Amino acid sequence: MTLDISKIRADFPVLDQQVNGSPLVYFDNAATTQKPKSVIDALSHYYASDNANIHRGIHALAERATTAFELTRTKIKEFINAPSSDQIILTAGTTGSINLVAQTFGRANFSKGDKILISNLEHHSNIVPWQMIAEEKGAIIEVIPVDERGVLDLNAYRNLLDASVKLVAVNHVSNAIGTINPIAEMIQLAHAHGAKVMIDGAQSIAHLDIDVQALDIDFFAFSAHKLFGPTGVGVLYGKRELLESMPPYQGGGEMIKEVSFEGTTYNELPYKFEAGTPNIADVIALSAAIDYVNALSKEALFTQELALLAYATEQLSTIPGLRIIGTAPDKIAVISFVIEGIHPQDLGVLLDKFGIAIRTGHHCVQPLMKRFGLPGTCRASFAFYNTFEEIDLFVKALRRSINMLQ
Amino acid sequence: MAQSIQETQEELIEEFGLFDDWADKYEYLIDLGKKLPNLSEAFKTEENVIKGCQSRVWLHAEKQGDQIVFEADSEAVIVKGMISMLIRVLSHHTAEEIMQADLYFIDQIGMSQHLAQTRSNGLLSMVKQMKNYALAFSAK
Ligand SMILES: Cc1ncc(COP(=O)(O)O)c(C=O)c1O
Repeated sequence: MTLDISKIRADFPVLDQQVNGSPLVYFDNAATTQKPKSVIDALSHYYASDNANIHRGIHALAERATTAFELTRTKIKEFINAPSSDQIILTAGTTGSINLVAQTFGRANFSKGDKILISNLEHHSNIVPWQMIAEEKGAIIEVIPVDERGVLDLNAYRNLLDASVKLVAVNHVSNAIGTINPIAEMIQLAHAHGAKVMIDGAQSIAHLDIDVQALDIDFFAFSAHKLFGPTGVGVLYGKRELLESMPPYQGGGEMIKEVSFEGTTYNELPYKFEAGTPNIADVIALSAAIDYVNALSKEALFTQELALLAYATEQLSTIPGLRIIGTAPDKIAVISFVIEGIHPQDLGVLLDKFGIAIRTGHHCVQPLMKRFGLPGTCRASFAFYNTFEEIDLFVKALRRSINMLQ
Repeated sequence: MAQSIQETQEELIEEFGLFDDWADKYEYLIDLGKKLPNLSEAFKTEENVIKGCQSRVWLHAEKQGDQIVFEADSEAVIVKGMISMLIRVLSHHTAEEIMQADLYFIDQIGMSQHLAQTRSNGLLSMVKQMKNYALAFSAK
């Protein structure tokens, strides 16, 4: 299947605009992806016709809203090939999902001297929640190092694994430099030592095929907004026996079976972890995002993205003084770079004047920047709706910006 | 004393009025940034730093007679260009004048975006800090 990119672009209203007098070039897809019209329409349709609280009312609106909400759960289950929809917990985002696991699985399973392995590639969201629970429990955090290319050192990982490791928490793909980690192998190794594995899938969900069963993942987290869906919704998948053995997270409505002042019994999965009224509208709109991706064939989307990556890498390599940070053989369509003698922020400011949106700074991975001895980088990250012409515009603007700054 | 804060602002507005596209404006700003002398390392202290999320700004203030003299620096040259203008406008004035200054020139030359990016570059905090110094010096 070949993609008709101009037809696809017409589905994303935000792409069709001028910024500072030039056509917008949106290369900040790792921060958040744009939304197709079907997602925007699903949001307004919900508020215009179906708005009601779910799981409680017996009236028509409540029933429609509940059905649509639970349908999203089923679609997520299929999208990541989970065994059952009650293992799909809806949260506020990747960050919310990781904190949930830290505060429930971590609280129940970590004790003094236990180890949590994370990697040098992690986003702050997959570092800080572990530091918080580790401090409380006296557990120890150890870090899997990365090499010059931004590839995890698997030998070091093997050496770090022992019986004291309770959890390995790594990202599937690095947001800052695009490295795809060999999670299948890492999970096998961890399991051989009795450790569980949490995969931060924020950057892989829209760019790789995910099969949580084939990969034997214990916990998988992602955010809807990086999958062309709305902000404010995240997913936590977990293996049933783990989710069932974990204590509840937040207390409130929805998560209970019966409440009395003498004691409370908790609801079953997934509701045990979903206290309070959830983000109903955005969850429902996520359905439309999943439908959109499914209708296009993931295969074709990923092929387009990798072609963009190859072309951009080649074009950027012709710029004197430009150094690409992150040269792993397996990467998604993310390019981080620095230019000799120029602060990334200055480039970001000038590129914006040319209508080009990239990200500059530390990308919430300060330990990784420190590893490379950089305060930050410029990052261009692509999605399937980006074009080769946009890369040409970007490279041209980049050359002009560099001229202005040198 | 040379000229008032208002006069310098008018001067800058006039200078920027000569440019008809953004690229000329930014080239000028970058040039200002490059020409601003680097702050001596002795003043690049933890105490003088204003941490933006992407780049740092250092601000040093000193009293000379009844005037306050500012020196500052940044890692990013566009921010440094902004700093250069702020120093040109505010340095060598009395605490009273600095505290009362309304920095309307930034908006008029079309650069208010740089003050709005509070978290990324520390410029807005720098302006606040300049006024804080004025307040502190006037209290002494
Ligand atoms: C690898 C990775 N993990 C976690 C997150 C946090 O996601 P969210 O802010 O949607 O919770 C991000 C977002 O940038 C990310 O890229």
